[in-house]
Amino acid sequence: MSAVISADDWVELNRLYAAYASAVDGGDWDAWPEFFTDEGIYRLQPRENFERGLPLATLSFKGKGMLKDRVYGIKETLFHDPYYQRHVTGAPLVHSADAGKIESEANYAVFRTKLSEPTMVFNVGRYIDIVARTPAGLRFASRSCIYDSELIPNSIIYPI
Amino acid sequence: MSESSTVFPDLPHWEGDGTHRIPFLAYTSEDIYKRELERLFYKGHWCYVGLEAEVPNPGDFIRTAIGERSVIMARDTSGDIHVVENVCAHRGMRFCRERHGNRKEFVCPYHQWTYTLGGDLQGLPFRRGLKQDGKVLGGMPPDFNTAEHGLTKLKVARRGGVVFASFDAQVEAFESYLGPTILHYFDRMFSGRKLRVLGYNRQRIPGNWKLMQENIKDPYHPGLLHTWFVTFGLWRADNKSQLKMDEHRRHAAMISTRGNQGRSAEQVTQVSSFKESMQLHDPSFLDVVPEPWWNGPTVVMTTIFPSVILQQQINSISTRQIQPRGHGAFDFVWTHFGFEDDDEAMTQRRLRQANLFGPAGFVSADDGEVIEFSQQSFESKPFHRSLAEMGGKGTEDTEHMVSETLIRGMYRYWRSVMEDRK
Repeated sequence: MSAVISADDWVELNRLYAAYASAVDGGDWDAWPEFFTDEGIYRLQPRENFERGLPLATLSFKGKGMLKDRVYGIKETLFHDPYYQRHVTGAPLVHSADAGKIESEANYAVFRTKLSEPTMVFNVGRYIDIVARTPAGLRFASRSCIYDSELIPNSIIYPI
Repeated sequence: MSESSTVFPDLPHWEGDGTHRIPFLAYTSEDIYKRELERLFYKGHWCYVGLEAEVPNPGDFIRTAIGERSVIMARDTSGDIHVVENVCAHRGMRFCRERHGNRKEFVCPYHQWTYTLGGDLQGLPFRRGLKQDGKVLGGMPPDFNTAEHGLTKLKVARRGGVVFASFDAQVEAFESYLGPTILHYFDRMFSGRKLRVLGYNRQRIPGNWKLMQENIKDPYHPGLLHTWFVTFGLWRADNKSQLKMDEHRRHAAMISTRGNQGRSAEQVTQVSSFKESMQLHDPSFLDVVPEPWWNGPTVVMTTIFPSVILQQQINSISTRQIQPRGHGAFDFVWTHFGFEDDDEAMTQRRLRQANLFGPAGFVSADDGEVIEFSQQSFESKPFHRSLAEMGGKGTEDTEHMVSETLIRGMYRYWRSVMEDRK
């Protein structure tokens, strides 16, 4: 199932996806909440919970406040091994589009590189998104990262 | 200390009298690890398997592990719960590949040997051979008895909706295995009130499995490593607390009650992770609502040796199962749950507070990290030892949390089993 959207929408949606990946790969944590609407939802959930209808998510935030608290946690409170991450996001598949929002999804793969260590596949899955049209441009009303990589290699600190 | 003469000793050396200095070799030796699997996971102990709520209907099963051995928990048509080893009696195939599902029977796809959910061999193709041209070709020998070739069946204990199992038919009763002190805290959480599974988190932590038991027997670190706990008073050195063990000192409960000491309490001024200015943008992470079953404590972390940790951290409750994977790693499986009669607000609260825990949690992600980095040193310097001398060298219960007594207690028990010359 896919929907036809205008060329302008297609460009803007791709720009949003690319800018998001660039921010979370570049360590620009303060920029991360700004990709969401004020009430935006961010979920990082293993595929098994998603497909079985189990509500638990590894991370589940609602609203920019929670996202900012996560940023503070990454920067100030969570002790962790520093690492680089690199997202490769596939082309969006658009399910529907109307005057208010676009519903779309895209595959992603995240590679993790720890200092002086080889690069490894870290987290693979798909984004399931509701993208809102706002006066400031497209923003995520909801971004769910449904990951196949259910056995997490120790920990996930940075946003996927 | 004087370092032993070789970097890679064959046997662990325990300095001093007791278990307050733990040899790194206990975390790195393959021989010790195999003995742990045999003596702790496969003999004489009960291991966690799952929750009854994971297999609510006849035919439901889940696949999990005890030690490194794959096991299946299934509910049969009479409502009984069986735990069998996932090894076909014929060619040893680990036949069950799904992690959960519903079956009338288990069939090994290799040669279609078929078992009941309780593990009895029901039949196998060509048992009596192939009749062709008036002759019987092949077939199993006449003395082949299906009753002798079932799946390995484990002894099962069910209590309060939780299922434990043991490969050891001689294992003591589950209740005496826990002992009255720990049984009290077990029953506090699992009173028989129906559970509702909320979901799973899984992580592989590259460290020896005992480090996770120690992490939850160490009330010294949470107020230091986990800034979140300190700042919001969820776990602080000056909270009213108790450390309790069973008579063998293998299991433990860390019990604490969130205090009202305020942010500038004297006791936290020496703690560098205390962040006076920290304010949550969204305080609903800590929308704590006391529940009647708590009977006071806001935190009870119960370590059931060797395989599971029971978590009550405010409104977030889970089991955390340890599945060792070689001496240097273990899989850590979190099953979050609530109660069937929770209202929607409580379910949402439990789910929101789950952000604090698990492999990405505000206060749990760093536990996996520190375990990994300890193991790195153990591997490179196995002749050395760690220290667990906070609060002395003994193994007694305490009424405070500035102590590593539970770690010393666990190793006292560990040595009694591991060094037994039998």
